[in-house]
Amino acid sequence: MSSRSDKDLLPVNPEPGDPKPGYLPVANIEHKPRVTDTDPKAARRAERQVAGMFLLSMFFVVLFVVAYVSIDVYATVYVPVLGVVGASNLALGLTFGAAIFFIGAGAIQWAKKLMPDVEVVQERHEMTSAKDETDEAAATYERGKEESGFARYPIIRRTLLGALALFPIPLVVMLRDLWQSPAGANPAEILSRTEWREGMRIVPDIGHDTGDGVEGMVPAEIPVGGLVSALPYAIKETKDDPAANFRERGKAAIILVRMDPTEIRSQQGEGWDYQGILAYSKICTHVGCPIALYEHRTHHLLCPCHQSTFDLADSGNVIFGPAARRMPQLPIGVDEEGFLVARSDFQEPVGPSFWERG
Amino acid sequence: MSTTIPSGAAAHPVEKAGAGAATFVDQRLGSNKFLSKNLSKVFPEHWSFMLGEIALYSFIVVLLTGTYLTLFYKPSMAEVLYEGSYVPLQGVYLSEAYASTLNISFDIRGGLLIRQMHHWSALIFVAAVAVHMFRVFFTGAFRKPREFNWLVGVGLVTLALAAGFTGYSLPDDLLSGTGLQIIRGILQAIPLVGTWLAFFVFGGEYPGTEIISRLYSAHILLVPGLILALVTVHLIMVWTQKHTQFPGPGRTNNNVVGYPLLPIYMAKAGGFFFIVFGIIALLSGLVNINPVWIFGPYTPDQVTAGTQPDWYIGWLDGALRLMPNWESVIAGYTISWNILIPAVIIPGILFTLLAAYPFLEAWATGDKREHHLLDRPRNAPVRTGIGVMAIVFYGILWLAGGNDLVATAFNLSINAISRTLQISLIVLPPLAFLITKRTCLSLQRRDREKLLHGYESGRVLRLPHGEFIEAHQPLNEKELAVIGSKPDYPVLPAPDKADIDGVRNPRYRVEMLRHKLSSFFYRDNVARPTAAEIEAGQHHAEELAAVEAPLHEYEDADVIYNAHGGVLHHPGMPVTNAEQAAEEESRT
Repeated sequence: MSSRSDKDLLPVNPEPGDPKPGYLPVANIEHKPRVTDTDPKAARRAERQVAGMFLLSMFFVVLFVVAYVSIDVYATVYVPVLGVVGASNLALGLTFGAAIFFIGAGAIQWAKKLMPDVEVVQERHEMTSAKDETDEAAATYERGKEESGFARYPIIRRTLLGALALFPIPLVVMLRDLWQSPAGANPAEILSRTEWREGMRIVPDIGHDTGDGVEGMVPAEIPVGGLVSALPYAIKETKDDPAANFRERGKAAIILVRMDPTEIRSQQGEGWDYQGILAYSKICTHVGCPIALYEHRTHHLLCPCHQSTFDLADSGNVIFGPAARRMPQLPIGVDEEGFLVARSDFQEPVGPSFWERG
Repeated sequence: MSTTIPSGAAAHPVEKAGAGAATFVDQRLGSNKFLSKNLSKVFPEHWSFMLGEIALYSFIVVLLTGTYLTLFYKPSMAEVLYEGSYVPLQGVYLSEAYASTLNISFDIRGGLLIRQMHHWSALIFVAAVAVHMFRVFFTGAFRKPREFNWLVGVGLVTLALAAGFTGYSLPDDLLSGTGLQIIRGILQAIPLVGTWLAFFVFGGEYPGTEIISRLYSAHILLVPGLILALVTVHLIMVWTQKHTQFPGPGRTNNNVVGYPLLPIYMAKAGGFFFIVFGIIALLSGLVNINPVWIFGPYTPDQVTAGTQPDWYIGWLDGALRLMPNWESVIAGYTISWNILIPAVIIPGILFTLLAAYPFLEAWATGDKREHHLLDRPRNAPVRTGIGVMAIVFYGILWLAGGNDLVATAFNLSINAISRTLQISLIVLPPLAFLITKRTCLSLQRRDREKLLHGYESGRVLRLPHGEFIEAHQPLNEKELAVIGSKPDYPVLPAPDKADIDGVRNPRYRVEMLRHKLSSFFYRDNVARPTAAEIEAGQHHAEELAAVEAPLHEYEDADVIYNAHGGVLHHPGMPVTNAEQAAEEESRT
């Protein structure tokens, strides 16, 4: 390959005075020829490098197919630094990645070593249209306005605008059934009540439907200083209804904590505890994350999402963080069989605030 | 017009076929006219111009891998008993969405690779979009005539966030479900319509059984469709307006200096696509991302500590964490300022300002010219300051999004961290603005010095007649072009209250505001020296360099020249290295 200079890179339109030259080399940049420009051996070497990379790419495609077919999808392999990883994922990623990467590396090597590295210049043209073009466009518009009579027939104009304004309405109306509300129900009412009612047993939250053998909890199951997540007994009826199951979990979930009754400074209602066992909603009053980070010595409950902190020994009041409302407390007692039960529903809506909540 | 594709007896058969195809298409679309003009289109080169390319290429990877995922993923919240190969979850009820994600991750060959490539390329896409936007902002590439493209870009950033969030929720694992729970809390906080809106979005009471399939249609159709449309518009505009360029020798506001599309730019850009694609694949083979199987299936009464959204949503979560707990009840209705301000109002204001910025700056500075030559950030100190201020604001919110991780990692009080960040959020951004602006002005002063006197070499010389001078070096051609490109932006003149005839100026207040704003932007700028001054300065530096030249010969002759910062000596002081060595020897 011979040495290349600015002169070798010919403009596309060499005629002088051509109004739109393709491109011209920049005159005042000194161009240092590369080794590949001056040394034919180096150019040959670069050619081989590029072709070598394209070959490598093909090679890795073959390896990829081999790895896909031969490596068991469940096999694992130990790799230093990474630890034990899936062998298939590792092999497929490396071979696929390399196959793609080497196409790119080859192309760039080709461009950098063998294609011209002389910068060229192209003129810009102002974005604004020429005066005569603008005038022509304006005249065409005027003629169109005149011919259509858009200005002359105001009734047509106004009714057209009216029709265009109204036609999207069906598209919006049809969104109404994104939620098919039960008759007479409105969201604010739905959000304001839970499954808890007088005599509803409290069952521990130990899985999908809490299991067949579980009939409730007795006070002795909750140690002083401990925290237990619990649900209304009604959760057991949602075994085959995942929507209802999730709805109840998202709203009626509670936590039970037990403290020495003398440590309870205040409650949301007189005697809502049972022998120092307090039941609070588990759903944060900020944006609704479930809370179960409890520090039993300070009686603080911390939300893992945004760090709102509530004092469970003091009516569940907010002592830190972005939550504005205390955690609602559930009044509890025991039934004839000695199981813990709710004495009513929550006295205020649980979970995040909403417009109609008041 | 005849075809521009060479066709002759000597042509290779493939070329011949290509020429035939080109003619076939040309006769139907007139495409050769377009090719004749555009194959030689010049693109300027700079590393920062590759950021937009990375965004484009990673988006293509997102589309490819996403299509593959749709073949195996089931967007359903129906519960199934998991019986796949991931042992810890066998026998657990989970949603089909989660179960199919587990299948993709464990049972389908290459499934995990594609899933991880999808996630990695999505992260890289959002990151590249954001950094590309900063590049455009700091270099003033959004100025006339490119304001529309800035708006399209702001739309793309917003859509990128939407794409990320909707996709993040699809595996229906515990982490992504918690994210949805927060979204529901935010929806409910919207005044008047929020409660109904939440019910419509989730198809009833949270979490319902609809949200995954609804997010899915947004994630695979609506959002990517819009992104694809806007990306096309974005590229057409770049093509029509030609790319901006940094100042340099031979580069003006009226030309483009760079490499032609065919062959160089095509090879480089095409090659770069494969590099980005390949690196994403390698990364996905090597580095685990979003291991949803560890988090477990979503249930609305469980949560894990240390939950983190993807990085681009983290700042919103941080804003939620830092906001004081304000809520008011007015006439029986609740307004949750603690959620509205960080999650709705602040992002709304930020994105509006972002979109409006090119117009605000042009209005404030009275700038109506076309700009194709990029600003060096230092030459627009107020703009650069505003950009750094925004980054610091974002950075603090992002850090706040991980305040629990910071607390556990450094064993600090979470309350103290939150308080500190709350104060920082108000104090640090303005401080960052001031520091950045001052730094830019200092750099401008240094540039001016360089233009007037050349480089300070740091070498103090004593001339034969006893004068001490500091040797200066003239700038080279490239430096001269870059530093000398600094434009002088005039401050808009202060308006008069009334004209000569005493007639009140009706636009006085508006013009006064613009005068003040443009002063704010440019008053402190260091004036660029005139061409004559630059010439004189560089000439002077050359002269000084010429004076220094013979001294170097003297220095080379094994004379001390750097022991005291120059050839300063007094009687009795060693003159040669040998003398000094001897003296030091005798001292010890």
